[in-house]
Formats: sequence, C-alpha cells, structure tokens
Amino acid sequence: MAIAREAEPVGSLKEVREAGLDREDLLDVYRNMLVTRGVEERGHILYRQGKIPGSFYTGRGNEAAAVGVATAMGTDDVGTPLHRDMGVHITRGVEPWRIFAQYMGRADGPTKGKDGNVHMADSNLGLLAMVSHLPAMLPVAVGCALAFRIREESRVAVAWFGEGASARGDTHEGMNFAGVRQLPVVFICDNNQWAYSTPTHLQYATEHVADRAQSYGFEGVVVDGTDVLAVYREAKRAIEKARAGGGPTLVECLTLRMEGHAVHDDAFYVPKDMFEEWAKNDPIERFRTWLRDNADMSDEEEDEITAGVKRLLTESMRRADESPMPDPATLLDGVYATPEDLDTPHHK
Amino acid sequence: MAELTLVEAINSCFHHELQRDDSVMVMGEDVGRAGGVFRATAGLRDRFGPDRCVDTPLAEAGILGTAVGLCMAGWRPVCELQYDAFSYPALDQLITHVGRYRWRTRGGMEFPITIRMPYGGGVRAPELHDDSPETYYVHTPGVKVAIPSTPSDAKGLLAAAIRDPDPVVVFEPKLHYRTMRGEVPEGDHVVPLGKARVARMGSDLTLVAYGSMVPLVERAADALGGDASVEVLDVRTLKPLDEQALLASAAKTGRVVIVQEAPRTCGYAAELAAILAEKAILDLRGPVLRVTGYDVPYPYWQIEDAYMPSVERVVDAARKLLQY
Repeated sequence: MAIAREAEPVGSLKEVREAGLDREDLLDVYRNMLVTRGVEERGHILYRQGKIPGSFYTGRGNEAAAVGVATAMGTDDVGTPLHRDMGVHITRGVEPWRIFAQYMGRADGPTKGKDGNVHMADSNLGLLAMVSHLPAMLPVAVGCALAFRIREESRVAVAWFGEGASARGDTHEGMNFAGVRQLPVVFICDNNQWAYSTPTHLQYATEHVADRAQSYGFEGVVVDGTDVLAVYREAKRAIEKARAGGGPTLVECLTLRMEGHAVHDDAFYVPKDMFEEWAKNDPIERFRTWLRDNADMSDEEEDEITAGVKRLLTESMRRADESPMPDPATLLDGVYATPEDLDTPHHK
Repeated sequence: MAELTLVEAINSCFHHELQRDDSVMVMGEDVGRAGGVFRATAGLRDRFGPDRCVDTPLAEAGILGTAVGLCMAGWRPVCELQYDAFSYPALDQLITHVGRYRWRTRGGMEFPITIRMPYGGGVRAPELHDDSPETYYVHTPGVKVAIPSTPSDAKGLLAAAIRDPDPVVVFEPKLHYRTMRGEVPEGDHVVPLGKARVARMGSDLTLVAYGSMVPLVERAADALGGDASVEVLDVRTLKPLDEQALLASAAKTGRVVIVQEAPRTCGYAAELAAILAEKAILDLRGPVLRVTGYDVPYPYWQIEDAYMPSVERVVDAARKLLQY
C-alpha cells in the first residue's frame, strides 16, 4: 500500500505563476529540455563515429525530471546529478561544448580529460561529480547539507539517486542521518524502472521508493517524471521547505528509461509494449503541447527556439573538436596537493 | 577441445559445474535474465532455474553477506561483482565475514564462496570500470586469489575455485573476454590453485606476470628474442603463491622483472620482490625490477595508454637488467 503522497499535475499558466515561473521562464525550460536531448543525440553520433570510445549513456525520457528539479534550485544550492540527468548540467549553465569535449576525453572537458562520459560536474556551478557507485553520492550531499546547517547558510543540497541505488546501504545511511538531523537536503529518485536489466519488483518491495521516506521521518512524494511542471512544483516545494528548516523530502520522479543502460545495450529485457506506452508520454512533446495549449507558444517562437538550439549544438561540436587531447605528462597531476596548494592560510 | 573466447570458457565452466554439483549456485546483479553484462552467466537461469541463478538487487555488500549465509545452509555460491571497482562496497563483508568466518568458527564451518569479477583497463571504459584491486584481496586473511590469463585457465581456475572449500576471488581480464581465443578442454577441467605456469622457457631473464599482463610480457619476450632467452612465468594463483616456481625460475635466470597493471605502491609485485629478496638473493645477478601502473586513479581513455605498462616499458626494464 502506498504511503507517499502522489503529486497532482499542473493545470494552468496561473498555477505555474503561483509556483514561481513566468512565461519566459517556461520557454527557457523548454529550450533546456531540447538542448538536453540534443546534446545526447549528438553525443550518440560522435560515439558512432568512433570519437567517443567505450560506451555512451543517455537519459532519454528523463529530461523533464532533470530540468524540472534543476529549475527549482537556487543559485547557491548544490546538487549531485547522475548519468540520466544531463538536464541538470544544462540548466545550471554548463556549456554544451564543454560536455562534448568531456565525452571525447579532451582537455577542455570539466575533468580535463582525466575522466570521460557523465562522470563530470562543474563545481563552480554548484555541481558535484558522480561516481559509478551512485548511492555513494547521497551521504556526500548530506554532508553538504550538514555544513550549510552548521554555518547557518540558507542553502540546500539536492541528492540524486536511482531506484537501483535505493537498494544499497549508503542510501539508507544518508537518508537516516538527514532525517535524524532534519538537514536541508532533498532526495530526488530518478525511478526509470530498470537498473540495467533489473526491474523494480526485483529491486524493492514497497509500492514506491518514496514510501520509505516515512521511516526516516520525512515526507515522500511521487511525481510523474514526464511532466516537467509537476516535477518543478514538487521540487520547489521540497527545496524551499528544506531552506526554511523543514527538513528533507524524498521526491520520486517516475519515468521509463527509453533506451538501453548504455548505447551498447539493446534493452531486450524491457517489454516492447512498455516502451510503446511510455513513448506516448514523451516529456518534450508533452511540454510542447502544454505550451501551445496553455501559454500560446506560437509557430514562430517554437521555430526560433528549435533553430537556436540547433545552432548552439553545431557550434558546440565544432568547438569541442578543436579542444586538444590531454597531455600524457599530466597523468600524475592532482592526486595529492602540490606545495603551491599547501601555501594557503589554512595550512600556514 | 573447443576453441573458445575467454568469456565463453567461463560460461562453459558454469554450465559444467552447475550440472556436476547441485549445491553450486550463481548470484549477482543482472546475472539471470540478462546473463550478466558480459554474458558470462548466459543460459544458466533457463537451464538451472531462477533459484540457482539469482538476480539480486543492486547491493554488493548484500550479495557477499547473503553468500555467507547460503554457505551456512550448505550452498556453494558463486557471486558475480559486475566490475572490479564495484567490489569496493562489498569489502566490508569480505573482510569482516567472508575471510574470517572459518577462523571464527575454529574450522567448524566452511565457506566455499567464489567471488568473480572482470578487472583491468584497456577497454576505454569510464572511471571505476578499469581497476586492478587484487592487492586488497590478497591482503585479506582467509581469502584465496586467482587470475587466469588464458581461456583454458579461465575455465580451470574457476572450476578449482568453485570446488575449493575456502573463499576464492577470481579476477577475469575483461580486456581479453572476447579478444582472446584458445583451446579449452571440454567437460571436467580443473587447474589446481597454487600452481604457476611457465608460459615460455628461457635462461637469461624471467618476466613474471598474471592476468592481462601475461600476453603483454609475451610480446615483450618476442621483442627481446634476438638478445636474450626470456622465461615467462604466469603466476595464475596469487594466494596461495607457487613460491617454488618463482624461486626455481629466479635460480635459473638470475634476473627477474615483475609486471603488474595495478598502481605501484604495495602492489603484488612488491610482495614477489620481497620473497625474492628473502629467499633468492644469492641467485640474483641484479636487482628485481618492477613495471607497474602509477599511483593515480585509473585515467580515462585519451591518457590511459600512458598509465598502462607497455611492451616498451617492459623491454626497457629487461634491457636495463640484462646490462646490469
């Protein structure tokens, strides 16, 4: 039996305004969703061209969840987006050319070619880079929230995880600590229903992942992760509640991973009719229709946004391709502090 | 004999061992329906049922802890950890339970657990999919460690691990899962733990390696061909080590270069060098040299070749030692 609250869809432009977004903001959200998908589609092309070796991970179907949450974050808030959350990087302002450079292992990627793929983040934009062990990020976000609490800063940490990650011990440890101290952290579960080949019924036994929140002493909410406005509204509520001292919330965004775990995986284990059913809820198409029906988005506006995104992506790929390879001489850099690093007031 | 890839050899071992002994079972993330992300367990769930090929939740510590309990009830679990670095969350259960339960029961219970994982780099994978963590395991009391370098040994060492009464960790060189083919005996095929393999006979210098580094040092031996007679020793079992084979080769050639992919400090090569210093010092004509990875997290693909021991680095070390 479900315990978590089920979020309502957002009906009208008036409701959106009440939640804090005006019409221009909505067009930005739409643009960010298009850039998010566009970066991954172009990245996939680079992969097929052999410019990205190894594998390539996408978040198709998760654009609304990622962009919706990131739109609700404050400038000084921090977050730990995962490999389905390209929309968070885009919304926070990471330039697409640097993402392409990262994919190709170039020196101008956020990790300077030391790591590839979506193992990246720009800490200047409040983002903390994920590791493959996704639930390992949750205690880290909780640590950020504890620091904000101790310093009495009005900041919130947003911690992403998936329903697969929900099975591991560090998820429990992070949430328990956050609940005990009522810390300013919001847990976002990207529940895309498949952890590689493992379906939800082999991963957890509650109806929703968010049902667990009650056992940690905070609220759980399930939201349709293909509805960017519903995601935004619930994330905004949770973030502002945390900022106001109300403690954590677990927001579960329900989506379907529309592609394989990575592009080498054809997802043969996902029933075809499941894909067909969820394809009807494509988050971008859904929001586009909403904008036309509720915010009078015109053909001209839509064309202008689409063309602008195309130009941005083309230019970004060109610029990324000019980025140099990392110098092998930098192989050992950055493992330990240098003497210069130690020459700071903190160490004197 | 059949010609199989390394991962096919592992799969054939599973089919044989699960057929042979109905207390053997496989568990791990994605091992059942998907047959494992590298397909090492393909076909097991359909053939032996979901109780002997168990898809677990995504929880590595839970997998090893559950395996300890399964042993207490008489099963012989074989745990797949999806990648080398994905074993780190399970180190707690490995060190606190897997490695010491026999000792804690004063031999009253046995824990025939096999833990296997793909390891190593060279496949252009992201961070935490390329590590060589064998030293953590070798350093854990109560745990045996094997690393095959050929399809035949991949089958034979895994069979030995499954039949062994103690916990055995088997690292499989993922670089060679599909790129290496070789003759593999059909049916029963066991390579005993604790026996090294002389991959190539020689008299001037010994190259010692294991797993993914064995084909590399064989290429280095080819490159040195005209200049020196090179012996290649494939360690195969890191614990228990075939110390006799190591000392015999050192006594014969008097020159030893040890090659490991893992970071340098306190790596397995350091242990081998210490044994040679203790027991072979009078046989040696020069210092024991190491060619290793660096003390840095494994880097992404554009610079991973700068990290990996190369034929050139091995040849350089060998020439230096030959001219010592």
